[in-house]
Parts: sequence; C-alpha cells; structure tokens
Amino acid sequence: MATTPTVVPGAAGPKTNRIGLTVMDYKGGKTTLCAGCGHNAISERIIESMYEMGVQPELLIKPSGIGCSSKTPAYFMNRSHSFNAVHGRMPSVATGALLANHKLICIGVSGDGDTASIGVGQFVHLMRRNLPIIYIIEDNGVYGLTKGQFSATADLGSKLKTGVVNDLPPIDTCALAIQLGATLVGRSFSGDKRQLSAMLKAAIAHKGTVMLDVVSPCVTFNDHEGSTKSYKYVKEHEETLQDVSFVPHFEDIDVEYDPGTTVEVTMHDGSRLHLRKLEEDYDPTDKIRAITRLTEAHDKGEVLTGVFYVNPEAPNFIDMLNVVDQPLATLPDSMTRPGKQVLDAVMEELR
Amino acid sequence: MATTDVVPRESAGGPGHKRIVNDMSIQVATVNGSGSQSSNTVLLRSIFQMGVPVSGKNMFPSNIAGLPTWYTIRANKNGYIGRKKEIDFLVAMNPETAQEDTMSLAPGAAVLYDEPLALHKLRDDLIFYSVPYDQLVAAVCPEAKLRKLVKNMVYVGVVASLLTIDMVEVEKAIRKQFANKVKAANLNLAAAQAGFDYGKANLQKRGAFYIERMNATAGKIIIDGNAAAALGCMFAGCTVVTWYPITPSSSLVETMIEYMKEYRIGPDGKATFAIVQAEDELAAIGMVIGAGWAGARSMTATAGPGISLMSEFAGLAYYVEVPGVIWDIQRVGPSTGLPTRTSQGDILSTAFLSHGDTKNIMLFPCSVTECFSMAPEAFNLAEQFQTLVFVMSDLDLGMNNWMSDPFEYPTTPINRGKVLSKEDLDRLGGFARYKDVDGDGIGYRTLPGTIHPAAAYFARGSGHNERAQYSERADDFENNMERLNRKFETARSFVPRPEITKGSNAKIGIIGYGTSHWGITESRDQLRDEYSIETDYLRLRAYPFTREVHEFVEQHDRIYLVEQNRDAQMLTLLKLDLKPELTTRLRSIAHITGLPLDARSITDELTSMEGK
Repeated sequence: MATTPTVVPGAAGPKTNRIGLTVMDYKGGKTTLCAGCGHNAISERIIESMYEMGVQPELLIKPSGIGCSSKTPAYFMNRSHSFNAVHGRMPSVATGALLANHKLICIGVSGDGDTASIGVGQFVHLMRRNLPIIYIIEDNGVYGLTKGQFSATADLGSKLKTGVVNDLPPIDTCALAIQLGATLVGRSFSGDKRQLSAMLKAAIAHKGTVMLDVVSPCVTFNDHEGSTKSYKYVKEHEETLQDVSFVPHFEDIDVEYDPGTTVEVTMHDGSRLHLRKLEEDYDPTDKIRAITRLTEAHDKGEVLTGVFYVNPEAPNFIDMLNVVDQPLATLPDSMTRPGKQVLDAVMEELR
Repeated sequence: MATTDVVPRESAGGPGHKRIVNDMSIQVATVNGSGSQSSNTVLLRSIFQMGVPVSGKNMFPSNIAGLPTWYTIRANKNGYIGRKKEIDFLVAMNPETAQEDTMSLAPGAAVLYDEPLALHKLRDDLIFYSVPYDQLVAAVCPEAKLRKLVKNMVYVGVVASLLTIDMVEVEKAIRKQFANKVKAANLNLAAAQAGFDYGKANLQKRGAFYIERMNATAGKIIIDGNAAAALGCMFAGCTVVTWYPITPSSSLVETMIEYMKEYRIGPDGKATFAIVQAEDELAAIGMVIGAGWAGARSMTATAGPGISLMSEFAGLAYYVEVPGVIWDIQRVGPSTGLPTRTSQGDILSTAFLSHGDTKNIMLFPCSVTECFSMAPEAFNLAEQFQTLVFVMSDLDLGMNNWMSDPFEYPTTPINRGKVLSKEDLDRLGGFARYKDVDGDGIGYRTLPGTIHPAAAYFARGSGHNERAQYSERADDFENNMERLNRKFETARSFVPRPEITKGSNAKIGIIGYGTSHWGITESRDQLRDEYSIETDYLRLRAYPFTREVHEFVEQHDRIYLVEQNRDAQMLTLLKLDLKPELTTRLRSIAHITGLPLDARSITDELTSMEGK
C-alpha cells in the first residue's frame, strides 16, 4: 500500500487505525436486505477487518455479480469503487480491473447462485489463475431475489419452504477452488464473528486467490426446519477444523503457540496466521487431505468450517504477466505509444 | 505506364492473338495443409516486385489439413484489388477439385496441371499446360518427406515462365519468405528454378496473359488487415487485451502479441501491456469492461458468434458507461455459418447489441490503412464517449494480403476522455458520475485507486441516478436514458466522416462500406465505361451516421446500398435514421456468397435494376 502508518493518537478524538482513519471511513450505505440476513453480518466483518488492517479505502475495489449477496458492496466501504456487474460474471470484471491496476485490492462478492450455477464457468477459471482477489461467496443455498428457488450449493435432501426436496448433490465450492488452484480456501459462518474476522484479515494479507465460502442463512426463504443452511442447522452441525487467529505484520506482538498443536503460516506481508488444530491430523497445506475431509463432511452432514488450504508462496497471475510497476491504466503516452522510428522499421519490413 | 490494353500482336501466335498485360487473375487450387501458402505468397510478392498492383485472397476450409483450398492472385495495372469473378489462369494441384475447377472456367482460360490428372481431355476451349511435378521435384529434393511441400514451389517457377515473371524477383521473394532459413530457401529456389526451366524448354506459351514490369508498387507494403489492426492498436496505446480464439480474428491478437513483445517492453524488461487469453468471449469482454472501468485502454477481437455471446456485457458497458474497443472480424453467419468465409453480416445486431435501448458506435474500415488508422480513433472515441466502440472488419480484409501505402504515424493525440484526478476532486469537492455538466451527454468519471474520499462511485447495471445511486424512479430512469441518447447524438459529429467521390452530374448514388468498397470502385468504372452510367459514391466510415449521409441521400434520385449480407442490414439501419420520404430512394444490392464482393456482380445487378 502507498500509505505509511500514522501514530494512533491518544484519548483525544475518535479512535483511528494505523492510517489515521476512523471506522466511519469504512462504512457503507444502509442495508436494504431483510432484518437478520447473514449477509449484513458479513458486511460488518468486512468493515471491521478492513479498518483493523488499515486498508486505504480508495485502493479497494468491490465488484459483485447479481443477487442479494451482490447488493452488499453498497453496504460497506463507501469510499471504495464498486462494480455491480452482470449475473455470474464478476470474476472477469474483477480480472480486467486488476489487469488495469494491479495496485488495487479486490474483494469480489458473490452468492451461491451467482457462483455455482450461472457463474461456475468464470469461477473455475478465476480460481485457476490465482489472481490476487478475495472472492467471497455469501452462501445460503437459495435464490433470494427470485423468491426461494434452490441453488447448486443446496445439500442433497434439503427442503424448500414449499416442501420441495433437493434431489441433486451440492457443488462444494471450496473443494473446487482447492482443486483448481486457489491458494487460500476456507469456509466460515456469518454468525461466527471471531473466525470470519480472522479469516478476512488473512485474506487481506494474502497475495493470491482467496476463496471464502461463508454460510449465511436466508431468514426469509431458507431458515426453516429441513433446510441445511438455517441458523439452527449450522449451529447444530458446525464442525470447526481449527481455532483461527491472525497477527498482522504491523503489530509487534509475540504470540506464544505450541508447534505441536498449532500451524503457523507466514503471509506474504509478514503477517502470521495461526491455526490451532481441533482435528489433530489436519494439514492445511495438503490438498488431497483437504478434499478428502470436505467429502467426509458432506457424507456426515457436517458444516465444516476453518482454513482448508493455504499456500502463500504460489506465484500469482499478476507476477506471471511481468508488467511494469506503475498501473497500466495510468501509464503516460510516452510508454504506450512507440515512436515513429518503430513504425518506420515495421513498414520497411513489410515492403 | 508501359502497358497497353489488349493489343493484337502479330509476331506472337499469329493474327488475332491477344496480348493482355498486367490484368489477370490466377487461381491456385491446392490441398489445405500442403504448404502452398508459402508458394502463393512468393508468387504474389514476385508480381508485386515487378511493380504490378496485386492482391491475394485465400479461400480456405474450416479444417487443419486435407480439404481443398483456393488462393486467388489478382494482378491489375489499374490498381483494382478487389476480387475478380472470372479466373484467367488456373493452377490445378488438387486432384479432388481439378475437374470441377476446370469445368467452371470461362472459354480461353489457361490450366496448368499435374500430368497424371490429364485435364486436357475435359474441354477443348481452354489452354492446357501439363507438368510432371513428381519427376521435377524428385530431381531437386532428395529428401522424400519434403517433396510434398517443395512440389508447390515448382508451379511458381512454371507460372513465372508462362507469364513472363522475372526469376530474379522470384528468388528475392523466396529469400524474403524463408528469411532465416538458408537451406529451405535454397531448396525452394531450386524447385522454382526447375519449374521455370521446364516451362521454358517444354511448354509453348499460347495464352494472352503477360506480366510486365511497371512502376505502381514502389514504396508500397503488403500486409493483412488483422496485422494492420494489431499495429494500430499498439500505436493507439492499448494496454489490456483479452481474447478468445475464433476464426477469423485470432491472428489479430496473435500478431499483436508479437509486436507488443518487441516494441512495448520497458527498459526494465517489463511489459507496458497485459494480454490474457480468456476462457470464452463472455470473459473476454468482461475483462475488457473491468479494465476499461479501471482506466486501461482495453480491447478484444472476435467474430459473429463471439459478438452474440458478448451481448449482455455490451449492454452493461453502454449503461454503466465503460470504454472498450471490440474488433469484429466478420465471417458468415447465422450460427457457426461458414467460419472461413467473409461477410458484413453483423451490422444490425452489433448496432443494437444487447437488450433494452442499447446503441453502439461502429467504425467500418475498408482497407489495411484504415485498420491501422481507425485503431487510435476507436480508442479515443471509446474513452471520449465512455462506451464500447466496435470496429467492423471482415475476413476478406483481416486475413488476406493487401497492397497499401505505408501507414502514417498517428498525429492525433491520445484522448483519455473526461477523467477527474485527485487534484480535480480537491478543487471540485465532489462529483456526480452521470450528470451532464457540459451538455454533451458525457459525464465525468473517476478511476479506482484515486486517493480522495469523494472519488468513489458505484458502477451498476441496475437503474441509477446522476450520482450513480440505485434508483427505480421513473424520472431518474428517463433522464438517464435521454442523456445517453444525447451522448449518442453528440457522437455523430465526432465519428469518422464518410468518404464521398463525385461523378459528373450523377443522379445515382452508391453507398457502401468496408471491403465492398473495392468492388464498388471498380464497378463504377465499369458502369461509366460500359453503360455510360455516372454515379456518385459515399463510403460509410461510422455509425451513428453523420450529416453528410443524409445530405447524400437527399442529393440523389436513387441510392444503391451495396453490402455483403442477405437482409440489407446497413440499408435497414439507414432507413431508421432517414426522413420517411427519403427511404423510398434506397435500393439494395446485397451479396451473400461468402466470397469477397466482385465488381461484375454489382455492375450486373445495378444495371438490371436500372433497366439496362
């Protein structure tokens, strides 16, 4: 980031973060989603984590697709540019924006319909590029704006309010992301403030594709008995892989941890992600183990949360393009229009 | 010029033997994947180097290897470089099509064929030359596996001997073609020489066609339209290219990759561009739009099926007001159609691409020069009007070799349009993204990454007000759509103006665009010389139509709109723009064979409609 940390002043004035901004500088407009919608909680966590990480709001972009989830960029970080694009195709818009300006930080917000159904094509190709983006699926298993049809993440056997039973298996977006090349993949729950906040901060520190599937109950269409994406079901069936905590690089804190029980991951910027194991043999750098565990979770009806896979070392798409440091968007003409002698040379070759 | 038209020459071939100099079309029929492209290019270049205006058109199948392909070279001293309908000289190398190719010739044409094909038995009104290719090639090419490729260079030599093309020029063309491969050049040269020697020693020239040196190509270049467009985009300052391979547009981006790697790498070895192959056309245009929104000069190249897929995103760009340049190298539709044949069939669908009241700016290059010069114009218009600009090329222009004057270095500065900087925002305090401050319908935008608390706005494809806020209010929606229309009207005065050529006191006007231009130009001469019909001609260069187009229609009793599609698409588009009483003046000459439009077809149709 182009900013330097400023000293947080003492008692006088409102509390500010490391770049001197208050939490109000990260707020968005008033939500128009239903009261109690999980998505609103996720917006709150995004505001908190961006504020606490000291992200310059103007360097953030928040593209989204279409759907309830994709409306949420209006409800956080008004000082950041947003692009509410077309259904299922936010990944390409986000990719283009980052090609134009690789200094931007990108949080792409999508839903389960927007990602796993209409958008699955762009989703898989985004994952395999390892573009530096935080891709969040606000996952409630139904289409809200069109009033409650199943999406492709709905579990086998789960029931709609109307009694219709889902007879197709779900797409596990996390398993897909891991297999395809995303380098920080996890699942959380909109109601789990602590875990979601730590995962979002790790996401901000990560330079590569982050895929977070956040189970986010739809209070209007999918919070009833028989649903596997209701508050009640998630609370009763959540299995947590690790206790996730995050130590940002700018906080000079020594955290004691036991290497026997905790995996420490050093992020690109020097921040540290601590994963205290709740399942003894889980290794978040092992793709095969991750996919096996996710498959088991489906078989057992568990809502498995935690950091499933992380690899901070993999080269990202921008590195591979080998572009100049200055954003392509703002290069001076002198760097983008070769001189007359170049045209003359090319013409000579063609004679 | 040193040439004369159709002058009887007593000394050669006796009385009545015509001598036609520098005016012929040569068709080479081969098998796709047999390496004939090099031979054809050498033949084309040899004639070009003799100073004779020339064009080459490849008619190839949608196939990697094995299906028939035809390459037509037209040499014309008057500089007509459109397709000529009649074939004067057939080089029949493909056993599969040789008979049909021979049967379709007009009486008096010449056929050069591989001896075993025995084509001379088919007709007695043609001139036949047979060549024992296998024997000739075996003698010069010891390596059996190369013979198939080298065989094609033998006909170049034979043709040179029969049409009096100088072997010095053939050698020069071979050396250029195999620039870095001395061994290959020597082998091919030996093959061509063997053909030439065989022709000299064994074939008695009976045809009327000759190539003689003239001086009409000095300083000119040969290039295809896609390469010209690639160069144009590089000099336009394009920074982001995203694409999905599709015939006939792929070579535009592939050539651009080569040029950009050579000329757009900074002193630190880093690229001043990003070129990304997307997973499909939806993603390609999505990336163009994302990049354009974030401030890059972004583009893609595609063809009809890609244009159809881009439809939804095109509406987003129109409504959110994001710049981007889309090259449509048109091929024959509907559906997959004829992927390797040319058309102007995407005009109407592109003009209104997407649902709702979407309208798009289109440019119509007719030449390789315009493929180059319209590139910076397209990017300037896109950023100035914050919208997509579609450059409507076609397969004939994009993939065929065209002779041209060298391109001129762009003199118009790069125009990034109305973009507010941090300093502007400091001064203004804030801005309303979609407010018509200047009365031209064009709002001011900011780029993501502009460090100012008031810089951000919410780009959305849903209804919005002047401040880019979500709105379903009827007045907000209506005002915004009316402003977008105002913007489109403003564009009328900024897009490239048509090119108008006047005859003398003509009552008839011809309107054309794109590659139809070449047939039209030649047809106008035919109309004047053969039928004493004077015509004025307006070549469209952009949509929306400028004032001159309306005036041109008003000035003529009858307007023939010549185009390469079935449904008279440009005529239909023009009708929407004209005063109702003027629309009855429009008549359509539409051509849909998939082959480049030739002059004779236009002349025949126009004269028949004129009752001649």
